[in-house]
Amino acid sequence: MQEVANDVINQLGVPPLSREQNQAYTVQLDLFEGPLDLLIHLIRQQEIDIYDISLAQITDQYLGYLEMMKDLSIEVAGDFLVMATTLIHIKSQMLLPAEPDSEIGQEIEEFRQELVKQLLEHEKFKQAAQMLYERETVELSVWPRGDNEFEEEEKELISATVFDLVTAFHQMVENYKEKIVLEIEGEVVTVQEKMEEIRRLLSLQGALLFSFFFERGLSRLHLVVTFIALLELTKLHEIKLVQKDLFEDIQIQSCLKMN
Amino acid sequence: MSENELTNPILAMLFVATDPVTLAELQEVYPETPREELRGIVDRATAYFNSLQMAVEIRQIGGGYRMSTRPEYHEDIRTYLQTKPSAKLSLAALETLAVIAYKQPVTIPEIMEIRGVNSGSTIRTLLEKRLIETRGRRKVVGRPIMYGTTKNFEIHFGLNNLSELPTLEELEEVLSPAVD
Repeated sequence: MQEVANDVINQLGVPPLSREQNQAYTVQLDLFEGPLDLLIHLIRQQEIDIYDISLAQITDQYLGYLEMMKDLSIEVAGDFLVMATTLIHIKSQMLLPAEPDSEIGQEIEEFRQELVKQLLEHEKFKQAAQMLYERETVELSVWPRGDNEFEEEEKELISATVFDLVTAFHQMVENYKEKIVLEIEGEVVTVQEKMEEIRRLLSLQGALLFSFFFERGLSRLHLVVTFIALLELTKLHEIKLVQKDLFEDIQIQSCLKMN
Repeated sequence: MSENELTNPILAMLFVATDPVTLAELQEVYPETPREELRGIVDRATAYFNSLQMAVEIRQIGGGYRMSTRPEYHEDIRTYLQTKPSAKLSLAALETLAVIAYKQPVTIPEIMEIRGVNSGSTIRTLLEKRLIETRGRRKVVGRPIMYGTTKNFEIHFGLNNLSELPTLEELEEVLSPAVD
């Protein structure tokens, strides 16, 4: 196995490392972010066309690589193992004596074509990522007006956690209890409606205070629904909850103010 | 108003603006001038300004016009600002972003199919950086959230609009003549 390891290390242009240096080597391995990345790397090494890949050969190399990662005590991500089991499954089918007219041969060929398609698609997006990288590099060396002030302003905020939100909610409910409210008829309000309302208010004002929602003498149902709506919007990343300081009122900001 | 009278005020506005200035915004300032005429004036003002070859140029970005320094001076500016080059996006983030840019609106399972990797945490980073946004939910089982790119994405990558991205077919052509 060490042979394979050295081979791959040479291919990567990285000198063999001692144990202590393994850390640096791990970073190199991050190049293969997923199983498709690794497969493409293996294919490139052999300088063959993606269309011409041999399943048997690629499976051996792929497994060899995972084995090597294990030898180097590198944790192999789940995605790599899923691909490994698929490849092993297909290879085991290939090893079985094929019955005439069996569907297995066809199945294997279908799998191969599907894999080729997936690899080609993956390559295209790799190329697109490269293109974005180049564009980003240019853009990061360009300064528009007023950029610097913006960054400083952002830093002063700390993000509020769900715990802060729940604490704030409890406080609002406590405050609410002390008020005497005459409630005559029950009203029905859905989380969806509340979310819409919050979206609308945010589009008008950009940012709202958490207390704003709970100081308007609303019913208990309204309070709960509003709270859930805020959680849901946070989950959808439509809003962001920030605090200027600990125990300050939580500010609700829209994340969709791009236009 | 004649064109010469508008050139300088428009350039002044571009100087003051912190976000790209759109034609719609200029239209609000000059409601009398037809939109197309206004476009011509800004384009010519931009061409004129850029022809001076100064340290600052005007570019069309994120659907508007924006003044920014030319890239040549980035080292000097960084030294002056005492900042390091900003952190670039990771390879994973760029790949995920590429999938979203070309396939939007797109869901996490669809992204995963193309990348072969779980992209959940990357999505989070991209949302935090406001490069992508949610676009409602796909009406399939599980109602997964759909994602698309933002105006900030266009600005971050120096695009005036999404159609400026090379098509996937064009990217494929770069790939095909690989083996000799």
